[in-house]
Amino acid sequence: MAAKPGLGKTASLRILERMLVIRRFEESLVEMSGEKLFKSHYHLYIGQEATAAAVVESLRPDDKLTTTHRNHGHVLARGAEPGRAYAEILGRATGLNGGRGGTLHMSDPDRGFLATSSVVGGCIGLALGGAYAQQRRGKGGVSVAFFGDGSLEEGISFESMNIAALWKLPAVFICENNGAGATGSSKGGFPSSLISAPRLAGIAESLAISSKQVDGRDVDAVHAAVSAGVARCRSGKGPVFVECITERWEGSKPMWPELSTGITDVSMAWDAGQVPVKFREWHTHQDPILLFVRKLLRKKLVTREAIVKVDREVRARDATARRFAVSSPMPHGKTALQRVFA
Amino acid sequence: MRKITYSQAFVEGLDYCMRKMRNFSLVGNEVMGLGPHRVHLERIWKTYPDRVRFPPTSEAAFSALAAGAAMSGEHVFCHLGAASFSFLSMTSIANEAATAHYASGGKIKVPVVFHMLHGLRIGGGTQHSVSPQAMYWNVPGLQIVLPSCARDAKGLVATAGLSENPTVMFTHDLLIGLEGEVPEKDYEIPFGKADIKRRGKDVTLVATSWMVQVSLEAAKILADEGIDVEVVDPRTLVPFDKKTLIASVAKTGRLVVADETHLSCGVTAEISAIVAEEAFQYLKAPILRVARPDVPTPFSRPLEDFITPTKEKIADAVRRVMRKP
Repeated sequence: MAAKPGLGKTASLRILERMLVIRRFEESLVEMSGEKLFKSHYHLYIGQEATAAAVVESLRPDDKLTTTHRNHGHVLARGAEPGRAYAEILGRATGLNGGRGGTLHMSDPDRGFLATSSVVGGCIGLALGGAYAQQRRGKGGVSVAFFGDGSLEEGISFESMNIAALWKLPAVFICENNGAGATGSSKGGFPSSLISAPRLAGIAESLAISSKQVDGRDVDAVHAAVSAGVARCRSGKGPVFVECITERWEGSKPMWPELSTGITDVSMAWDAGQVPVKFREWHTHQDPILLFVRKLLRKKLVTREAIVKVDREVRARDATARRFAVSSPMPHGKTALQRVFA
Repeated sequence: MRKITYSQAFVEGLDYCMRKMRNFSLVGNEVMGLGPHRVHLERIWKTYPDRVRFPPTSEAAFSALAAGAAMSGEHVFCHLGAASFSFLSMTSIANEAATAHYASGGKIKVPVVFHMLHGLRIGGGTQHSVSPQAMYWNVPGLQIVLPSCARDAKGLVATAGLSENPTVMFTHDLLIGLEGEVPEKDYEIPFGKADIKRRGKDVTLVATSWMVQVSLEAAKILADEGIDVEVVDPRTLVPFDKKTLIASVAKTGRLVVADETHLSCGVTAEISAIVAEEAFQYLKAPILRVARPDVPTPFSRPLEDFITPTKEKIADAVRRVMRKP
C-alpha cells in the first residue's frame, strides 16, 4: 500500500467522527469526575485527537497497538465501545477490562491492543514485542506504539528502537510530543519532558530509523507521514518514527484536568462570534477539531450541516454510552482474587 | 537409564517446545551460561535458525519484547543471563508481564518464560551470585520454577514453555554440569507438585534448586548419625504445593528450610510462615532456617564460604531441631 495523495471525503468524515467521539467522551469524563463518579487521577487527550484519528486510518484489523496512561483517544479511535470504556474508567464490571485496569490501564485487546502500561516507556517495549510477533507471522502486520515525549526519557525507548532497527521489525513509533507550552512540575503542573535532544525525531534518526516530524494537530500531515511509514513497515524495511507535535492543552496544564476551554461548539469553526475571547488562541489556532473542520469546509469536502449532523449523532451516542456505564454494576470485591493466571 | 547433564536435559526440554509449537522462539543467547556446556545449545540454533534471536545487551527492551510478543500470540523463552541482570528487566517482568492478564480483565495472555542463572557459584561476587526468587515471589502473576536436577529440568522447561502464563525460571550455575538419569522420551512435569527427593521420618528438610543437592548430601551425613531426613523439593514456588509440605511436617514434626535467598523475606521465611500458620500443631521443635545472611555477596573465598548455606550448616540445623523436645 503506497502513500495516498490525500484524504477523500469519506475518509475525512470518518476521521472527523473519530475525533468528535474522543472529544465528547473526554468532555463527559471531566463532568463525571466532577460528579465524583470516579475518584482516580486521569489524563486527557484533548488537543491531540488528530493524531490517533489519523493514525488508525492506515491500520489493518490484524495490526497491534500499545498506548499509555493517556490512552482514551487511542482506544476510542480504534473503535472501542465508548460505553464499555466509560465503564472501565468508572470501575464497573462491564468495563472493557472488568474494572481491573481503570483509566491508566484501559485496553481493548479485541481491537489489537496489547496491555496498556502506565510506566511511560513500557508501551514502547511491548510494541517491540508486537512487531517481533508480526515479523514472525510474516503477513505484513505492523505494531504501533503511541507514546508521549516523556517516554523517551526512559532508557527502554532507546533500547527498543535499537532492536527494532537492528532486526528490521515492523514497529511504528508514534511520538506524541505534547510538550509545547507545558507548565512543568516545577510550576505546579504536569511534568514536562526533560530531553537534551533538540529534535525528538533526531533520536530515532541516530539509530538509522526513518523519521518524520509533523504537526500533530494536522490530520492530513499526520496521515501522510504515517500511511507512508506504515507502508514502509509492511514492506519489511524496518521501523519508522513519527513525531507529532501538539501544544499542551490548557485543561491539561494543571495537575488535575479542567475543561478550561469549555465544551467544544463546532460552529466556532465558521462563526468567530462563538469563540470566547479568553481562549481565542486555542479555538483559532490549536484545537485540531476546529482546524480540521475549517479545512474541510475550505476544501468544500463537507457542508456545515453535515458536520453538525455528525456531531449531533456522536453526542447522542455518547449520552447513551454514559448512561450504560453509570447504570452498570460494580464488580464484587471477592472477584479481586480471580484471574491472576490464565 | 541413561545419564546426561542438566544442560543437555534442559536443551531437550527446549527442543520439545520447539517441536510442539511453531510459535515458540528463543530470545537471548547462552541459556546454559558461558561455560563449556553452552555447546549443547548449538543444536537448537542449528535446527531452528529462524527461531533463535541474539539480542543486544538491552535487558529491559528484549524482556519487554518477549512479553509483548507473548501478548501477540507467540510463546517466547527469554534468557536474561545472570539473575542480577534481570533487575534491568524488572519493569518488563513485574510491571508488564505479571499484570497484563489481570489488568486486561483476563483478555490478554502472556506465555513467556524469563530464564536466569542464580546462586552462589564461587567467585561470582556481588553481581553474579544473586538469587532473587523471593523478590519475584512478591510479584503476583508470575509462576516461579526452580529445577534441582537434570530430570526435573527437562520436564519443567517443557511445562514452562507450553504454559499460557508468565514464568520466571531459575537455573543454579552449579547445576548446569550435574549429571542425572533422564528419560529419553518427552515429558512435562506439572507445576505445583512438590517432589520428595528423599524419604525420611525424623525431620522435613525443604530446599529448592542447588540446595536440594546440598540437602541430599547433608541427609547422607545425618543418616550415618541415625537421623532420617525427608528432603522435600517444591520445584515451583508459584504455584506452591502446601499439601505435600504439610503432610511431611505432620509425619516428622520438625522442619528445616535451606535456601540461598537472603534470610529476611526470603524463600525460607515464606515457607516457615506457611508451616507456622497451617501446621503448627504438628511441630515438636521450632522451625530453623539456613539462608544467605543479609549482606551483599563478597568475592574472597573465605568470605563467600562464610555466607554460603553448606551441607555442614544444614546438618547442624537438623541436629539442633532433633535435640529440641
